[in-house]
Amino acid sequence: MIKAKINKVDVEVPEGTTILEAARKANFTVPTLCQHPDLTPEGSCGLCVVEVEGFPALRRACVTQLEQGWVVNTNTARVRNARRELVELILSDHDTDCLTCIKNSRCELQEVARIVGIKEITDYGKKRKKAIDLTSVAIVRDPNKCILCGRCVEVCSEIQTVNALTLNNRGFETTISTAFNEGLGNSACVNCGQCTVFCPVGALYEKSHTDEVWKALNDPEKHVVVQEAPAIRAQLGEEFGMAPGTIVTGKLHAALRKMKFDAVFDTNFTADLTIIEEGNEVVDAIKTGKSLPIITSCSPGWIKFMETFYPHLRDHVSTAKSPQQMFGTLSKTYYSELKGIPAEKIVSVSVMPCTAKKFEAQRPEMRASGFQDVDYVLTTRELGRMMREAGLDLKDLPDEPADDPLGEYTGAATIFGATGGVMEAALRSAYFLVTGRELENLDILPVRGMEGVKEAQVPVDGLNLKVAVAHGLGNARKLLDKISGQLSETGKSDYHFVEIMACPGGCVGGGGQPWGSDMARRARRGEALYQEDKSLPKRRSHENASVGKLYEKFLKKPNSEKAHHLLHTHYNRRSKVDGKIVKEK
Amino acid sequence: MSDEHNCLCAEKQEEELYPKLAEIVEGNRGKPENLIMVLHRAQNLFGYLPKKVQQIVADGLGLSLSEVYGVVTFYSFFSTYPKGRNSVKVCLGTACYVRGGQRALAKVEERLGVKVGETTDDRRYSVDVVRCIGACGLAPAMLVNNDVYGRVKTTKVMEILDSYE
Repeated sequence: MIKAKINKVDVEVPEGTTILEAARKANFTVPTLCQHPDLTPEGSCGLCVVEVEGFPALRRACVTQLEQGWVVNTNTARVRNARRELVELILSDHDTDCLTCIKNSRCELQEVARIVGIKEITDYGKKRKKAIDLTSVAIVRDPNKCILCGRCVEVCSEIQTVNALTLNNRGFETTISTAFNEGLGNSACVNCGQCTVFCPVGALYEKSHTDEVWKALNDPEKHVVVQEAPAIRAQLGEEFGMAPGTIVTGKLHAALRKMKFDAVFDTNFTADLTIIEEGNEVVDAIKTGKSLPIITSCSPGWIKFMETFYPHLRDHVSTAKSPQQMFGTLSKTYYSELKGIPAEKIVSVSVMPCTAKKFEAQRPEMRASGFQDVDYVLTTRELGRMMREAGLDLKDLPDEPADDPLGEYTGAATIFGATGGVMEAALRSAYFLVTGRELENLDILPVRGMEGVKEAQVPVDGLNLKVAVAHGLGNARKLLDKISGQLSETGKSDYHFVEIMACPGGCVGGGGQPWGSDMARRARRGEALYQEDKSLPKRRSHENASVGKLYEKFLKKPNSEKAHHLLHTHYNRRSKVDGKIVKEK
Repeated sequence: MSDEHNCLCAEKQEEELYPKLAEIVEGNRGKPENLIMVLHRAQNLFGYLPKKVQQIVADGLGLSLSEVYGVVTFYSFFSTYPKGRNSVKVCLGTACYVRGGQRALAKVEERLGVKVGETTDDRRYSVDVVRCIGACGLAPAMLVNNDVYGRVKTTKVMEILDSYE
């Protein structure tokens, strides 16, 4: 243990503790900007400087480990002036139109400016005006807001291992951009949106569809249907000041109805459907001796990552579309037929915890209904904004059910939103498909939780089903390299079924989630989904009666020709340089 | 000063350099720690580091293009533009600066339609800035290839540049 003094208070901390951690433990707030609980501290912003007696220069608290006998002062005139000057320098080259900024009142720089006591924005000279990057269909990057803290670069390279973003040039000319500054839409970016979650300011955010959705809602000619992803019910509350992990399913449905959506459905319905299609695919593959494993296909960030970095595993990825896309297709075919509403009048909107869903919706192959299957994708944050515009506070709303026939769901669908959830849901149904009996203990605990790569063996009659789950693309890479190695060495892999989610924590950690989340918050949201699962009367996808009816009336049977046409897709190979499809020879 | 062998065929010549680049990269396959050394050698080969070269280096060393690009743009020695047949260097050392070096540079940029660090499309000129070439008595000074020009007035700039093919 290390004994030291911080602001005259005796502290005792384990060796290796930083000054920042020790100060926080002693209840002293040291302002930070580049520091983030889920990232390795880089000390790039310099805001956390403190005075250490015996050292002439100020030290950065986030990267300096406390040593025996040190006397640290976090609050001296020199420290306060240094911090203020630093924030003034950042602000002197920062686009300070805070009132119109997407991060207004949620901005960490705003908060820091308040804490260090900025009274005016001093002109230190040169100010740069740079072009906003609008090349991506999912993510907007505004370099005029960027403070060069490097969090986005770190999450993109260290956690996601995509390396779309990088620090270019140096000194005053330093910028964060893609290679050759060609824009996110022309890079390896997989649209996961983690950069938007980690950005402390308004430099990275989703490409908004709110105007288009308001327009559709106001158009009497249009029939606007909406679906909400499993994770939304565990996140949206945070937009309205509720505790992380508060389940708001009923209030969410009520809010959407009050916003005048013509039909309020639930992505959970097609999550159950996905399990039936994907589950049958896995069972068929095992029975017919197809090359294993089968890898899940729900996460569009993962799909683009696979197309770019692991195209040789394409044939292992389930052809089942994601629940969002299955819903989109069915809203313009099955539902259109059922209600006698022409598909061209239907506007299909989704609410997703995800920025990559915006990319997925506009893929040219996602038009099985003859129209773009999902017209607009709103992130959790965008829905929060629209609700505030509409004068709705989630906390005040009653609990309402979703509409039929695309609203019923089981607990298996709800847990899709957490890492391991798709795997657990699939196992619950696969067991039934193989044995004809129901799995008794539905809680498959080894696939739950925040560990990066999880493995489990599930006995299904004579077969020992070996499964693996990875979340966050860096973790996915570890698992995929192992599987690729097995496949190239022996021609087969140990694993039968693999779940991969692009974002750490799964969809509850998605790139469209409320600002200011960290891994701890993601974990709480995931736990909340397991709570909802436990509370539901039906917890197996094959028990969803509306899904049963859909097969009976429309699709005939799982993996039927019609199901294949409407609910399955194919994958491409993409360039690592610009992310564009590479034509096959 | 004109050299017929150097014109128009720059891109064709470049194509012929790729096998050599492949050799350099092969010797450093999977060694990202050798990036700067490999970039140096690649730049000596090509005269600059075009996107295709950076991509080959990235793939060979096991890095992403953005990482390589970040390093290339960090160090001023590396250039992403090809160098022209004639290197124009305007001095912005103290003496030249106070005697109108900035104006001479502005004229060069205007005349050639490129900024500092860039090369004209026909690869006839590339423009750079230097800090003092020891010709302070002649300030403002300018260097074209190895020829020093003193007391460069904006009117004189055009004349000087035109004399290099």
